Amino acid sequence: MSIDIAQYRIAREPFYRPQGDEVALYEAAYAARLPVMLKGPTGCGKSRFVEYMAWRLDRPLITVACNEDMTASDLVGRYLLDRDGTRWLDGPLTVAARIGAICYLDEIVEARQDTTVVIHPLTDHRRALPLDKKGELVAAHPDFQLAISYNPGYQSLMKDLKPSTKQRFAALDFDYPEAALEAEIVARETGIDGETAARLVKVAQAARNLKGHGLVEGASTRLVVYAAELIRRGVAPRAACRAAMARPITDDADIRATLDHAVDAVFA
Amino acid sequence: MGRSEDARQRAMRHPQAQAWWRQMDCGFTQVADVFEECLYEALSAFTRAEMEAFVAAARELAHLGRGPEPVLAFLEGWPSAAAAVGAAALDDVMSLVRAQQASPNGSAIAPLLQTLAAVARRLGSREQLAGYLELARELMARTTDSLHGRQAMTASAGLPAFFGQAPQLVEQLPLAGLRQWVEYGLRHYARQPQQQADYFDLKLADSRAVMQRERRGTLLADVERQLDCTLRALWRDPQPIIPYSNAYHALRQITPYHDSLGARLPDALEARDGVAAIDRYRATLAHMAGHRRWSRPLIADNWSPFQRLAVEFLEDARIDCLLLREYPGLAPTLLALHPRPREDACDPETTSCLRHRLAMLSRACLDAAHGYRDAALNETVAAFHAALTGGAADTARMAELALAWVARTRRPSDQLPRIHFDDTVIDYRDDNRALWAFIEEGDEEEAFDTRKQAAEETPAPAGLPPRHYPEWDRATQSYRPDWVSLYEALHPAGEAAAIDRLLARHAVLARRLTRLLDLHKPQNTQRIRHREDGAELDLDTAIRSLADLRCGLTPDPRINFDQRASGRSIAVLLLLDLSESLGQAAAGGGQTLLQLSQEAVALLALAIEGLRDPFAIAGFHSNTRHEVRYLHIKGFSERWDDTVKGRLAALQAGWSTRMGAALRHAGAALAQRPADKRLLLLLTDGEPADVDVEDGQHLHADAKKAVSELASQGVDTFCLSLDPQADDYVRDIFGGRHLVLDRVAQLPEKLPLLYLALTR
Ligand SMILES: Nc1ncnc2c1ncn2[C@@H]1O[C@H](COP(=O)(O)OP(=O)(O)O)[C@@H](O)[C@H]1O
Ligand SMILES: [Mg+2]
Repeated sequence: MSIDIAQYRIAREPFYRPQGDEVALYEAAYAARLPVMLKGPTGCGKSRFVEYMAWRLDRPLITVACNEDMTASDLVGRYLLDRDGTRWLDGPLTVAARIGAICYLDEIVEARQDTTVVIHPLTDHRRALPLDKKGELVAAHPDFQLAISYNPGYQSLMKDLKPSTKQRFAALDFDYPEAALEAEIVARETGIDGETAARLVKVAQAARNLKGHGLVEGASTRLVVYAAELIRRGVAPRAACRAAMARPITDDADIRATLDHAVDAVFA
Repeated sequence: MGRSEDARQRAMRHPQAQAWWRQMDCGFTQVADVFEECLYEALSAFTRAEMEAFVAAARELAHLGRGPEPVLAFLEGWPSAAAAVGAAALDDVMSLVRAQQASPNGSAIAPLLQTLAAVARRLGSREQLAGYLELARELMARTTDSLHGRQAMTASAGLPAFFGQAPQLVEQLPLAGLRQWVEYGLRHYARQPQQQADYFDLKLADSRAVMQRERRGTLLADVERQLDCTLRALWRDPQPIIPYSNAYHALRQITPYHDSLGARLPDALEARDGVAAIDRYRATLAHMAGHRRWSRPLIADNWSPFQRLAVEFLEDARIDCLLLREYPGLAPTLLALHPRPREDACDPETTSCLRHRLAMLSRACLDAAHGYRDAALNETVAAFHAALTGGAADTARMAELALAWVARTRRPSDQLPRIHFDDTVIDYRDDNRALWAFIEEGDEEEAFDTRKQAAEETPAPAGLPPRHYPEWDRATQSYRPDWVSLYEALHPAGEAAAIDRLLARHAVLARRLTRLLDLHKPQNTQRIRHREDGAELDLDTAIRSLADLRCGLTPDPRINFDQRASGRSIAVLLLLDLSESLGQAAAGGGQTLLQLSQEAVALLALAIEGLRDPFAIAGFHSNTRHEVRYLHIKGFSERWDDTVKGRLAALQAGWSTRMGAALRHAGAALAQRPADKRLLLLLTDGEPADVDVEDGQHLHADAKKAVSELASQGVDTFCLSLDPQADDYVRDIFGGRHLVLDRVAQLPEKLPLLYLALTR
């Protein structure tokens, strides 16, 4: 079975602006092959960071977006039936373990707990993945590493990782960058001017202040980037903010009116 | 009930209710039928003294000689009215009732009381309600005819109609508008009873037209949530927003102000100079928030009124400049609202021009295109901007500038009694009462940020960041947002074997429980289809997959199904009050309440584990609103194992019982559970209390509020109380969903049985 590793390589340096010492921390964790957990709200740069680290460490990256319907087989692989009988197909986790990639399980709490336990043997000294159905024990490639992302904002005991799972990771905390830095990121990422970027961030912060008061989550850096993209393509700033930052996060009329007011207040 | 029944002799269930009923001395059977229920509703809202006043007023109404209707309407309506405007407003109501009784308008007492609750709920404060009652009194006085000055008088035709329409009227009109509407009716129909009745009944075309006219403008009540969101989003400074009315101050309009209770805003505003009413409200809130962020109080004692006025104008201008720096998009609003006095509008020979000069100065600070030529003004504006360059400057610097300006521009005519007011009132600004501290009165003035500082002094306990919860303020009938800081942590662990020893002591009980449990075990099962690994083959999907395969398509491998027990879908969270009092020895026995609780919880855990109901345990205690500790003992996903037993074994009692926040936090966790039923079981030995709260009723009311919030989120709360005196308040808080255990020693047995009974 030959796997085309090239498809998993990050060819060009992704833009990532560090917020603290996370790059050094990740490098150290990787050197020790420790599994890493990236904690933080949606759209604050976790996925981008992993991409950047994969590039920096020159490792292939396999990303899996987790969801509720995902079963263990979706991760490790399954037998497929075809005309000639059955054929085993490795799942993404198995592929990563074989080729020595970084496997990134995005939003892992979305997966059911009985699914997430399959990663356990890969995350301790065993560094192996048993394929029960196939009767194979895949020893992880020496370069293999597991990374997961986790949004503690859910605050739900349901959507939480088991302590026995959490205990297997070194954790890096992420949050929306501090205002000036976030503006710099948005400007770099999209090419809009720093002044406009700073204002967009201000609107996002107003939305974040409403978290828990009608908003489940505030506007993420990702949404700020979207708004900036719209502006760069000629949409007026206020309209861009409404479309990319206010409308997506709420249907509540009062909240929407408040966000619209924030937009008007920020853009003279 | 036979005719012969004397309602006065009716037996009430509760002895206290009986005492009150006797006091009522009321012969109406209709009243006797509902009296006790009404009392219970009132008990949940009133203090002891308020209760007495409530009963006394009811008694008075029963003896007016106007049948049962007034007293019925009162008993049923007043508790909810009082919840909105405060029980003290009863005096205002009874005073009108007496005035009606003393006039020919006694028959309008029932109409007054019938709509009072709806009116009070909308008006929302005692002052507002007093305004309404005052208006009714005036209507009554001016429509009750005294024929040729003789004693014989006829009742007001409009009054009952007015009371009947009142809920709709206050819904749509601010008090000032209502007053105009009443005034119109009085002016045109005071002498024509039939038309008068029709006017106040909204039956005449002009009565509806006047109402429409007075309706223009925006009611604060309708935009309050948006304003609250604005304060949070733009200023991170949530404040209670409280209405006041200008209906009774035609001569001197009240300006918005800020005091320890919150931001006081007019109950209605109209659009002005192209600025929508909501934006006028927002401008005021922004200005207030600016003061709270950037102003510091000054000691006022040795300054003249002129000097103080000047300081206020300059400080206000500084605040506006700073908030425009933050939110430049507000500039059009502020500049549209800020007057633009003409430079030559005031004649200094005949008039005091101080206000005029200050308004120009203020305008010039905000508006680069002011165009004023006065040298002193321009130099002061330059100094003002210089002070703000590269920083926020401060209140003291503004005071210096203001004093220098006063000294430089002073004129003898400033003392003249005739003052130039035109274009000098900047109505989006508040009255600056928080800007001044007076040494004599000392702490009376609420200084900026004293609260915030107090909070900062308390060192935050290490660990997770706090979660903030609101607290219900009985006095203002509103939430104090983010009032309580709750810290969540895992309970420290102790020795699990201690719990096993406790359980061993109860071996017999444990066995009995197990037998009971078998009867409770769920029977039904549920199919979960589309499983790749399942217990049995699902023929339907298997055949479909086979067909796909034959057709050369990739078949779906999820062709199995599983059986899962169902029929019982309950999630439970047991919340333990871990306050100091739990350390007391239980009556008649060497054990402390804490030890009894541990035993009971262990047995309960055993039972629930047997039923496989998802189950969590947590404890709480508090040390002021700044520190409510919430300790996890068992999570939903944890088994009842040694780790959990260890935590249970380590329980300790300490501190106080701030129940509301803990209930909210526990309930939020529970509300997330996917279950048909969610039960929050609270085990407590006392009433809500905390060291920073004097009014015991306050935390009661908050706990009660929390329980009803949870109910609306689908969480049932049940309280098991170990306080033999608890009946009074637990009923109130938990609305009857409670059990008071008078023999505490029974707890280990009772708790699991209670659970079984509750979830049967
Ligand atoms: N530190 C950062 N450096 C560069 N881009 C960032 C950074 N933080 C956020 N972004 C931007 O935000 C977007 C969303 O980030 P992403 O990594 O997808 O969020 P998450 O994985 O946390 O949900 C990225 O596409 C990128 O444009
Ligand atoms: Mg992502």
